[in-house]
Amino acid sequence: MDVILEIKNLNKHFDGIYVSKNIILKIFKGSLTAIIGPNGAGKTSLFNLISGYIEKDSGKIYFQGMDISDKKPENIASMGIVRAFQVANFFPDETVYDNVLVASISLFKKSTNFLADKYSFKNIREHTDMILKNLNLFEKRDLKASELSHGDQKILDIAMALTLSPKVLLLDEPTAGMSPDERKSMVKVIKELHKKFNLTTLFIEHDMDVVFGIAEIIRVMVRGEIIAEGTAEEIRNNPMVIESYLGKEV
Amino acid sequence: MNRLRELFPWSVIIIAFLLILFLPVSEHKVHLTTRILIFGLYAIAFNILFGMTGLLSLGSALFYGFGAYVTGMMTKSFGGDYFIYLLLFGAFSCFILAVPLGLLCLRLTDVYFTMLTFAFGQLAWGACIKLYYFTGGDDGIQGIPRMAILESTKSYYLFVFLVVFLSLIILWKISKSPFGQVLNGIRQNRNRITFLGLNVYKHQFLAFLISAFFTGLSGGLYSGLDGSIHPNMFFWTQSGSIILMVILGGINSFFGPLIGSIIFILLEDYIGKTTEYWPFFLGTIMLIIVILFPKGILGTISNFIKGFSSKREIGNGCHS
Repeated sequence: MDVILEIKNLNKHFDGIYVSKNIILKIFKGSLTAIIGPNGAGKTSLFNLISGYIEKDSGKIYFQGMDISDKKPENIASMGIVRAFQVANFFPDETVYDNVLVASISLFKKSTNFLADKYSFKNIREHTDMILKNLNLFEKRDLKASELSHGDQKILDIAMALTLSPKVLLLDEPTAGMSPDERKSMVKVIKELHKKFNLTTLFIEHDMDVVFGIAEIIRVMVRGEIIAEGTAEEIRNNPMVIESYLGKEV
Repeated sequence: MNRLRELFPWSVIIIAFLLILFLPVSEHKVHLTTRILIFGLYAIAFNILFGMTGLLSLGSALFYGFGAYVTGMMTKSFGGDYFIYLLLFGAFSCFILAVPLGLLCLRLTDVYFTMLTFAFGQLAWGACIKLYYFTGGDDGIQGIPRMAILESTKSYYLFVFLVVFLSLIILWKISKSPFGQVLNGIRQNRNRITFLGLNVYKHQFLAFLISAFFTGLSGGLYSGLDGSIHPNMFFWTQSGSIILMVILGGINSFFGPLIGSIIFILLEDYIGKTTEYWPFFLGTIMLIIVILFPKGILGTISNFIKGFSSKREIGNGCHS
């Protein structure tokens, strides 16, 4: 299998507290990987480092063999590493349609076209419709994004990420703050998308049912270090994981 | 239906502003309406930065004054026949001046951006006053000639109307373009724009240039109106009154700033004539309007209409 994303000896600390300690990570093309770990383990920071949002102290990140360690976040995103956020991140005053439209405009590189009508590009409209239909947002396309339910807002955030036709999708707690029903449908959506677009997906999750239900490979982070990796079965039986994360046996 | 709704404000503008030419109104009223148009263009150009991109500049008067001085001083030395070309030249000079200023100011965000634009604006004001032998200092410059065919108040009014109308069409197109959509995104959530693979700085910079060009154009138009320009066109209160106009009319509607300019200039004129305490009354009326119309006059009215009509139109998608 091809390695699409490789992280070598990544380090980052804030005032001496390590959020990433010598992280070594290989993500295979088309894989569905979960990252789990207690609060403050450095999971979101790892995403921030990969997507270029915060600067690392040392280490390298390779994407399809190319060094992207010093690239700007917008360049990393347009290269194909796209993220969705823990707290749904969108344009609240715009309609659902226009939210996705912005992402389409970025994908087709029309963001500096200032005299054409924004709805006049056939390829942009078709791509936007396709994404909305795939994520069941098409019926809600004329609603203001701020009027959506919490679950739909998270889906919208993911929809915008997907619009960029990512090669690697980073999902930061896709089910955070959701009701059990919403969780189930979100899990379904992630599974479907992964299959349909053959998408390399990396996601952070707290809910163990979700993680053990869908992830092919699970990596466990504690205090900035990856302490274990393997299948659901291996992680469940790993004594280090049980001790530091799932809790000590009484 | 949508097309009709889009054409409606344009037809109102054409009819209302052209009707004045045929009404038996005094020269003073035509002069006043010319000022409304000029400040309307200035305010809408300013709103590309403020209402769309979310950048509050306190230095917009820098480009207004610069456009006025470049056009005015050059028209005075080259002669009124070149006024139209020099008007464009003035606007273009503002565009060029906006390159270094934009690159610098946009390095900062929020209130720091505002303060830096304020500083540059005041710097230009100071320079204009101190460079007495070049700019006429405190006295400003008088006796700027106009083209022969634009000599009468009404013909100049018609000329201003055409320039402003064309500019508004361009600015309208920009607001409805992919670029305009990205600017709206930057205002609402600049972080998300970054993670959609778009460079925030670059788009803000382009918006800054466009805004400077049309602000300069409005300044140039003003230099031809009275044939006189003065350093206070650079002063920060000039930028301030534009912000007031925009807020009065409505930040989030395209034509809001024009409505704001109408109200502001009419109030200033009528109250100014009746009492010497006009800033007091102007301020009080502004306060009342802002409280009654929190989203600006046009913003509040259009919200009201939208709320009324959306009850009847649920389910009618408009994007296919």
